[in-house]
Amino acid sequence: MAETRSLERRAPAERPLSPHLQIYRPMLSMMMSIAHRITGFANYFGTLLVAWWLTAAASPSAYARFQWFAGSLIGRLILFGYTWSVIHHMLGGVRHLIWDAGRGFGPKEREWLVAANLIGSIAITLLLWIFIMLTMGSTP
Amino acid sequence: MSEPLHIRTPLARVLGRGAARSGTEHFWRQRLTAVANIPLTIAALAILIALLGRNQAAVAQILGSRAVSIIMLLFVASITIHMRLGMAVIIEDYVHDDSAKLTLLMANTFFAIAVGLTSVYGIIKLAFGL
Repeated sequence: MAETRSLERRAPAERPLSPHLQIYRPMLSMMMSIAHRITGFANYFGTLLVAWWLTAAASPSAYARFQWFAGSLIGRLILFGYTWSVIHHMLGGVRHLIWDAGRGFGPKEREWLVAANLIGSIAITLLLWIFIMLTMGSTP
Repeated sequence: MSEPLHIRTPLARVLGRGAARSGTEHFWRQRLTAVANIPLTIAALAILIALLGRNQAAVAQILGSRAVSIIMLLFVASITIHMRLGMAVIIEDYVHDDSAKLTLLMANTFFAIAVGLTSVYGIIKLAFGL
């Protein structure tokens, strides 16, 4: 028993490790892969806002607090970022589903897909928010 | 008599789970909820935008209407299952210490269920006008 423990606690062998991020030249497809994970991580915590919104809607005072937050500068920045994050992750998900189907792996296609992911998410987010700001006016 | 020799039992082959004792459920559920998330998120965004600038009474009434509350329930169920699976992969990728990993995986499940059921509570409250 003691012997097994000492074996377990021994320093890791000096084997070469498999190459990781820092060894590769940054590429858009790699950046979009990282962005997909980061946006997924952000969306996870963004669901707190969804839960807040849905539970606040039943009470005028609770909804007023939510509206105050959503209308504040920091609230708008967070909601803007959350919108982009959700849309980016959704488009990235579509890209992954295309890849899951075994399509879009050619050098041109995959670069086109990741570029469309980024440009599409920014464009849709901006259009949505232009629409939101026009609908809401400057004060909600 | 030239039947190939199988190490796996027939039951193991039928279950298709291999040495890890779990098959493709994680992968499959991730994709299943990913596909479901697309129309549900678009619908939830459309509902949110339609409700912008309305007062609380109108928001409560519309969110509590039959079609909207059902869509929101499906949306919350799908995204919380999906996010729990995704966060589990992140934890498994970056946290190598066993006790920390297990603690975080548990916290992940607790968080997903808490957020999911809190949202469900909010929707049901509106739907039944409680």
